[in-house]
Amino acid sequence: MLKGRHLLDPTDFSPGELDEIFDFADQIIQSPAQFNHLCDSSILATLFYEPSTRTRFSFEAAMLRLGGGVVGFSEPASSSVAKGESVADTIRTVACYADIIVMRHPKEGAPRIASQYSPVPVINAGDGGHLHPTQTLTDLLTIRSVRHQLTGLIIGCCGDLKFGRTVHSLIKATSRYPGNRFVLISPKELRVPDYVTADLAAKGIAYQEVERLDDVIGNLDILYMTRVQKERFFNEDDYVRLKDVYILNAEKMRLARGDMIVMHPLPRVGEISYDIDDDPRAYYFKQAKFGMYVRMALIAKLLGAS
Amino acid sequence: MLTITSIKNGIVIDHIRAGLGIRMFYQLGLDKADYSVALIMNAASTRLGRKDIIKIENNVDFDVTMLALIDPNVTINVIEDEHIVHKVKPDLPDHVEDIIKCKNPRCVTSVEKYVPHVFTLVNRELGQYRCQYCDEIYTVGKD
Repeated sequence: MLKGRHLLDPTDFSPGELDEIFDFADQIIQSPAQFNHLCDSSILATLFYEPSTRTRFSFEAAMLRLGGGVVGFSEPASSSVAKGESVADTIRTVACYADIIVMRHPKEGAPRIASQYSPVPVINAGDGGHLHPTQTLTDLLTIRSVRHQLTGLIIGCCGDLKFGRTVHSLIKATSRYPGNRFVLISPKELRVPDYVTADLAAKGIAYQEVERLDDVIGNLDILYMTRVQKERFFNEDDYVRLKDVYILNAEKMRLARGDMIVMHPLPRVGEISYDIDDDPRAYYFKQAKFGMYVRMALIAKLLGAS
Repeated sequence: MLTITSIKNGIVIDHIRAGLGIRMFYQLGLDKADYSVALIMNAASTRLGRKDIIKIENNVDFDVTMLALIDPNVTINVIEDEHIVHKVKPDLPDHVEDIIKCKNPRCVTSVEKYVPHVFTLVNRELGQYRCQYCDEIYTVGKD
């Protein structure tokens, strides 16, 4: 039963519950118009304390396509947050007006606090460098659609793995499916946080941490690229030094298998060359489209509308 | 040789890893005590090489949990009439609130001050706790 639940962490829902969302997303993809009035009269609040284009648009488009309405802010300067209001007070107020709340926040764990004070479902749309569970739903739906399975995969994650919340969420979610293994490709300074590898070790899941993409790309089923995010760094020098270290281009793609797929949460800032956009293994734009449909399915399920 | 007299009634916290005694001393508020207290640092120890010891000449009540979170290998001896009547080995609690502070500057607890710092034990053997909000790992005796 997903009605009334929060989504704060990609493992908040069981694999069976995720399948329920994915199956419903597949139905929406087949016939979107059939669901145009599913959430009539419901309101989604989007509280974006940090800049976002695609995640916010994706949520707003999802709610509008379900027939619901949207209220919210896209930067804290234009809200009561600028006056110093706490997350708890903002949520208690917004929950009086909205049926479901989406929150992006620069501080890690802020959506969990929101959930503790909210009588309506709260969805984490990204908290600092921590987690991004709805991007993970998008990623899982993409993998499921292309590979027809979520098990037995060799998943390579490349780039900024320290602050890359989409990677943390993806590893956490896919490590629950049997047979998956991980290859973590990054400079030493941007390796995944200790809690991520501690989780893998505790579950006895194989992973390797390497520095060179060329050495491992030929073994991968999935290559998940990430950008080095300027806003996650405390100083400009570190950002400039590391931002272009891992660039995927046609030359590297020649080393990859014919059935490997390239994914990216977008936006990219140079880590994937434009010369591979037409490669049939490049899935990042198709992935973006899945994002809206899976968010439609999620909203409908949490509201109990489906 | 440094000599410190034995205590008649009170508590001796023994086998503290060298260097952690002073942290325990302040955490227990012993710097404000109005009874006899001794902090012995870098005492010779067969088991540890060097160890710290705290002797308290008073039957005070204190939070054993908190001591475990600084060093889970300490021994707490309760002394009556100059004899050890009770030995306690503190156990790591499964859940702690507002004892450990999250050190991740990006954690929401660093700005939302009304929120308690909540940690859950994830690996008893390694003494690892995880922040409920940001998943930051706190390792007992190291952090």
